[in-house]
Amino acid sequence: MSYGDASQVVSELHGKLQREILTDEADRWSYSFDASFGTFLPDAVIQPVSRDEVVKIVQTAVKYRVPIYPRGTGSSLSGGPLPVYGGIVVDTSWMRDKLEVYPDDLVAVVSPGIHTAEIHRAAEAYGLFYPPDPSSSEVSTIGGNVAENSGGPRGLKYGVTRDYVLGLEIVTPEGGVLRTGGRTVKNVTGYDLTRLIVGSEGTLGIVTEVILRLVPRPQDRRTALIVFDDLVSSGRAISKVLTSGILPCAIELMDQACLIAVESYRPSNLPTDAQAALLIEVDGHPEAVRDEIKKVEAICLELGAKEVRVARNETERQQLWFARKQISPAIARIKPTKISEDATVPRSQIPEMFRRLNQIREKYDLQLVVFGHAGDGNLHPNIMCDIRDDEEMERVEEAVSEIFRAAIELGGTLSGEHGIGTMKAPFLPMEIGEIGLDMTRRIKAAFDPLNIMNPGKIIPNNERNRVVLR
Amino acid sequence: MKSPELPYADTLKCVQCGYCLPACPTYQTTGNETQSPRGRINLVRLVAEGKISDESLLEGPIDLCLGCRACEEACPVGVPYGEILEQTRYLLREHSTKRGLGQRVQTAIYRHLLPDKGRLNLLGDFIWFYQQTIGRWRLMNRLLPLREFVEIMPKIEGPIVRRRKESKESIHARQGNKKVMFFRGCIMDVMFSSINRQTTELLRHLGWSPIVPEEQTCCGALHAHAGDLEFSKELAKKNIMAFEASGARVIVHNAGGCGAMLYEYKHLFEGDSEWAERARKFSDSVQDISQIVASSEQGKFAKAVDAVVTYQCSCHLNHVEKVKSEPVQVIKNLPGVTYKQLPNGTSCCGSAGIYNLVHRKEADAILQAKMSDVKKVNAQVLVTSNPGCYLQMKLGIHQAGLSKQTRVVHLVELLAEASGTAD
Repeated sequence: MSYGDASQVVSELHGKLQREILTDEADRWSYSFDASFGTFLPDAVIQPVSRDEVVKIVQTAVKYRVPIYPRGTGSSLSGGPLPVYGGIVVDTSWMRDKLEVYPDDLVAVVSPGIHTAEIHRAAEAYGLFYPPDPSSSEVSTIGGNVAENSGGPRGLKYGVTRDYVLGLEIVTPEGGVLRTGGRTVKNVTGYDLTRLIVGSEGTLGIVTEVILRLVPRPQDRRTALIVFDDLVSSGRAISKVLTSGILPCAIELMDQACLIAVESYRPSNLPTDAQAALLIEVDGHPEAVRDEIKKVEAICLELGAKEVRVARNETERQQLWFARKQISPAIARIKPTKISEDATVPRSQIPEMFRRLNQIREKYDLQLVVFGHAGDGNLHPNIMCDIRDDEEMERVEEAVSEIFRAAIELGGTLSGEHGIGTMKAPFLPMEIGEIGLDMTRRIKAAFDPLNIMNPGKIIPNNERNRVVLR
Repeated sequence: MKSPELPYADTLKCVQCGYCLPACPTYQTTGNETQSPRGRINLVRLVAEGKISDESLLEGPIDLCLGCRACEEACPVGVPYGEILEQTRYLLREHSTKRGLGQRVQTAIYRHLLPDKGRLNLLGDFIWFYQQTIGRWRLMNRLLPLREFVEIMPKIEGPIVRRRKESKESIHARQGNKKVMFFRGCIMDVMFSSINRQTTELLRHLGWSPIVPEEQTCCGALHAHAGDLEFSKELAKKNIMAFEASGARVIVHNAGGCGAMLYEYKHLFEGDSEWAERARKFSDSVQDISQIVASSEQGKFAKAVDAVVTYQCSCHLNHVEKVKSEPVQVIKNLPGVTYKQLPNGTSCCGSAGIYNLVHRKEADAILQAKMSDVKKVNAQVLVTSNPGCYLQMKLGIHQAGLSKQTRVVHLVELLAEASGTAD
């Protein structure tokens, strides 16, 4: 693969954009990373403020065959914005001029640099609701959410970003402006390019505007913390709740290691002798949720829960979620490096996945804790390690590969919500097969014949065939 | 002494999630990741790992950090950003071969002026004389460097008044568990001597016995922020000894910046067999004046304020000492107060020690954003709890043309008015 010289793009665009192009060494290093692993130094960073500037940037990159990498605020957990072949990072987080809610159409039209939480608040002002809630909502941009098809706890009931994108405006890798979809929920005109582009990890173009579907805001919610003596019962309880006519908006799971870590960090009155705890939340009409949370309680007790705590008011509800939110800081104290995985399995396989994760933990002798959105099978096995310890990191790499294999063997997927990016690319053929891989390559080539739009992501190259974290 | 090292292990605690970005004033105004906590930590880490060979790349970004520590509260994994910042500044300072004139002047001021009460008082006399004579002509002020600061600077008290409060009468205190040591600060005690006096009067009004030991000195915060950790330890030791000798159980301060430094003495001496325990005891006894007032007998404030009041947090009081609710609670409890929350009132105003003096352009951008929030509240009184914030807010109000409708005060001034102890 041979690319052109980024400095030609920089000098051609110099003085033609609103924000200065960043080429200082310190600035380039500051856009060399995201929240995953790996550091790749770009030649320049450009911060467009409008679609027209993006068009200019892409057309110039095409002219000189320089790779470009769209980026939001860099909270990606899979390497989405990493400039792996050098070239230019295109930071879209300052494209923030539009955040319009159209209550009569139940849609919002949004610029890519708007943060997810800003959309939550704007919708709420009209009694509406934008459900996707990645935990990074306060910092992540909607452009990044669209590129990565972000999820979150509420995915169980409400689905993920893709389920709310009605239409897109993107600048294609050839520098054209493509509008897909529109403002209607029903739309079967032509191929569904919108759904193809959502989750394409910035490899098919740069998102410059998003039309989002909004729904009425649920009027009330109820939350319960349920404690189990063993993991398998907690898995059964999840299945039973979901087949009894109740669809909670979140079922979050914490294993014993998490409970202990949280208790020793910020005591939240969690039982440390229990094997698992579930946090279940239902939302909807006030009378319905009152009834539903009672049913949840009854089902769990019947299946051997040793304790059910239902929050009686908003303060108690916040306390229950506080404990859940302490998991990340609590486990970060175990060891400095945190490898956060999101392999996802069909719900019925959750207990089996737990068994495999336990085996992996013992086999590789690692600090592995499990929490996550158990209701939709999206577990977050986290390995706590130390990047300076080469011997340990080798074991971690092996363990991560084995987690991927286990998920696929159980009929699941490599990634529920973080994306494939660079790290999981070597495993892609394992899940989608040779024909799937070939078709993916051809779609990519149809959009991006020069392979300049976020190269090195999703599609494996032949240089690497294993997980490398360092 | 061992050669200083970059705080590499601490930088590894950062998971680069970016949750700190919205909290960082310099990231918000520049839009550049280099001027964010995550960006700065990343640069320190890359230098420590040898991926960046030129250590001087750190100077700009580290220099432009306000040190407001808002990022520490936003961080979900508890990265000790303040330690990374100060350790890096310390190292850069030690390694810098060519010290510019500016830096040498700064070091001289920090080491030889701030800790020296006599010299500070002489400087105060000079400023007082200037303000009383030529400074009365506005034209004269315009010829000076930093003229905007000169214009908004409060009137300094005269040499006799300022020295009077050191008389035996006020140093002497009754015995008993109501005895508190008042930490007067260095600049505070010259530039804002009236606020200091109001503080001790307020304490007495509330039934406390304040003592003001002469042995105390500057807190050392500016030194530590500039990387001169050794000198700040020297100052810290003097203050710890002054406290131990005073017999008081509590140390009261009225400046958020100093308070945070006093509160962090326990970290400064970590691992020091002689001083660690003494520093811990000292730090655990530190309280902001708002905490003392909040815990004191109510009903001591009888005079109605009758104004819309808002509050701009001191970053260090809020993010380091974690004194959050007390100042607001104390304001709300005053008779006649209509309290309005300042949007982004927990975000730095750009004062940050001497940041607004050395980084005018960056501090101005932050101050302008702050003033657009202040305008939304339309308050008659804007309360601050640190001298730096006080001056910066005064400057902002002056620049925004709001001087007629909004008055900037220190919390103590407002309390003194309401208690009838104001002079």
